[in-house]
Amino acid sequence: MAITDIKEYAHLTTEDVEQLAQGLDAIRADIEESRGERDARYIRRSIQLQRALAAGGRIALFASHNKLAWLSGTAMLATAKIIENMELGHNITHGQWDWMNDPEIHSTEWEWDTTCPGVQWKHSHNFIHHKYTNIVGLDGDVGYGIMRVTRDEPWETWMLGNPIYNMLLGTLFEWGVALHHIETAKIRKKEKTWAEARKDLRVIGKKVAKQAGKDYLIFPALTRRNWKHTLKANLTANLIRNYWAYMVIFCGHFPDGAEKFTVEEFENETKGEWYLRQMLGSANFNAGKFMAFISGNLCYQIEHHLFPDLPSNRYAEIGVRVRELCDKYDLPYTTGSLGRQYMQTFWTILKLALPDKLLKATPDDARETRSELKFRVREGLRESFIDPDTGKRRGLRTALRELRSGGLAAYQTPRPAAVDRPTEYPRFDLW
Amino acid sequence: MDSPLRSLARWSKAPTKGVQTAKSWVNVPRGLAARATTPLLPDDYLKMLNPLWSARELRGLIVDVRPETADSATVTIKPGWGFSGRYQPGQYVGIGLRIDGRWHWRSYSLTSIPRRDDKNITITVKATPEGFLSTHLVNGVKPGTIVRLASPKGDFALPDPPPGKLLFITAGSGITPVMAMLRTLKSRGQQADVAHIHSAPSADEVIFHDELRELEKTQPGYRLHLQLTETQGHIDFDHLADIVADWRERPAWVCGPPALLDNAEEAWKTEGCSDQLHMERFTIAATDKGGEGGTVTFAISDKTIEIDGATSLLEAGEKVGIQMPFGCRMGICQTCVLPLESGHVRDFRSGTEHREGDRIQTCISTASGNCTIKI
Repeated sequence: MAITDIKEYAHLTTEDVEQLAQGLDAIRADIEESRGERDARYIRRSIQLQRALAAGGRIALFASHNKLAWLSGTAMLATAKIIENMELGHNITHGQWDWMNDPEIHSTEWEWDTTCPGVQWKHSHNFIHHKYTNIVGLDGDVGYGIMRVTRDEPWETWMLGNPIYNMLLGTLFEWGVALHHIETAKIRKKEKTWAEARKDLRVIGKKVAKQAGKDYLIFPALTRRNWKHTLKANLTANLIRNYWAYMVIFCGHFPDGAEKFTVEEFENETKGEWYLRQMLGSANFNAGKFMAFISGNLCYQIEHHLFPDLPSNRYAEIGVRVRELCDKYDLPYTTGSLGRQYMQTFWTILKLALPDKLLKATPDDARETRSELKFRVREGLRESFIDPDTGKRRGLRTALRELRSGGLAAYQTPRPAAVDRPTEYPRFDLW
Repeated sequence: MDSPLRSLARWSKAPTKGVQTAKSWVNVPRGLAARATTPLLPDDYLKMLNPLWSARELRGLIVDVRPETADSATVTIKPGWGFSGRYQPGQYVGIGLRIDGRWHWRSYSLTSIPRRDDKNITITVKATPEGFLSTHLVNGVKPGTIVRLASPKGDFALPDPPPGKLLFITAGSGITPVMAMLRTLKSRGQQADVAHIHSAPSADEVIFHDELRELEKTQPGYRLHLQLTETQGHIDFDHLADIVADWRERPAWVCGPPALLDNAEEAWKTEGCSDQLHMERFTIAATDKGGEGGTVTFAISDKTIEIDGATSLLEAGEKVGIQMPFGCRMGICQTCVLPLESGHVRDFRSGTEHREGDRIQTCISTASGNCTIKI
């Protein structure tokens, strides 16, 4: 059942975790110290590029009956929306640029170009999700209350629709994000009343009216006889942004290796253990400079979760130092290609639509969730130590690798080989 | 019932809440266009074409930096959209300058006077050793630089019409607000009886020296007494009558370093005519009266920072990225006032200590031990 003792799971002692926290604090101090004109120019130029693309796209769409104009206009608009939501909106409202003391680029002032009101987002994302990251039952982002993404959550019949909800959420992502603050899961459990939800809905309604008015009324109307083409273009641009944002966000917490945690873990958590939870609960994906930019540097999800309010353009260099720490403490650093990370996510969503009796793995040792018990059953593997020959620490990463490769088969309780598995049910966990 | 036209105007303006304009009708087209640029304003796009075409934050373009003395300069600024050209002589303006990616703010007296034909404003700045921003403005800033502006404010202003007889006492860069008053009197052709005592170390260091001498020649009612402290010592308020015999009968405007203001306050109080005295503390006397420093917690923003006894709580808040309210940044305007939730802070001009529950001016207060401010 998810991770309760994070130290034991990570194969680290109290002192190790403290030292790790000091290492991470040092990274934060260095970055804070060195923020300056170079960083400020980065965000100013990003904003300029985004606005130029938005304006260019809108202008091109005045000729939206022309195929080339339609295509380029839609592409520019979609890119502008993606940059605005990912690199600007998300990161600025996190306070990454507050240090510049510029009211125009400040977390308290920025309103982003999406149907979700900034105020609600700052609560449900910046506060709830970033504080309670991946704690089953506390973090609303674990399945967003509409999907089962870990078998730590008991199966219910409605979850059979998992793949459909997934597809719908990807398509309507902007609207899903807007409604996220309503917390449907809490309403279902009667922890939140409909009256409260209605209040939130009114705020959402106002923002929605402005956003939809712009894309589906004003700009089509302004382009007069081309209104149908413009409407389609705006709809397409919003869709492209939806799919891309969905992809990036799903690859941040749902690929294999992004661990889940229990409420007990959170209750006695130290600063160092908080760091550790962020590291083990997030997943990166490999990206070059361009992809990093259009993902709002969320390809560095681990770094973002460790330091949500440090400037996004520094995540790449922070990543190098975080990897060094992972090497030092023999911790996994979950990353992979975008395709691979997404396929793992997709597979989790697909198989968790099924009740647990059709699944083989336990919540202590499944691809999408593990706990310290994974190691407890195998004597001889639990202890972490510094190898006297190599001087290297043998910790969680080595333990995981050895279990996977069966390198320490002698220590393991015998398991039936893959071919011998009974085939009454499709065994999804073979994947 | 409002007329439909007025309701329509109000509806049109709705998205421009908080946007300053010189003329209020400008917000009608701005608000209408904002329906297409939401959540931004049209200004956010237009400023890419011309940095002055935005009223979201008031801006200005530095068009000229002219040295006045060895360590002072007059900076001419062309204000952008939204800056109202209406201000009174003696008022100050907030200037924000971007240095190494961060915006730094300070207030300076306007030395220009409102004119129909010339909307540019000027400030005259003296570089002070501890004044990070003033040094930058005098020596480092180039024409073409974009600055942020805050609308002119301040009660240290010359009434219109002016009293028949006036007294100005200024020292150092304290001349700047009074210069605006003198220029106003001249341009309006108001022949007031003006006695002006200005104190500076030497003639070379008198800002506007030539202009003052020129005024003396051309304005019949204007009398200037230059007190050059290197040879004559400081103004002796006990013998003020030796310079201006009828000083007690003159409404007085006094601007200069804290010591001068303290002496003036004392002199006017002794004579029982304090209501005649107008003063502007244009520098913060961050002296030995500072606090002991400590950890400041900003309760709502959930941020903390450790500061020494010379850093203001306002600067501390800005350092950790909080949008602190501020105006003059020198203890005059009360814009920056915030409630002190716990602990003690010290006013570093007077040395007065404030305790929890007090509403404090963050720009002139520093931590005296650990404290928590509600923002």
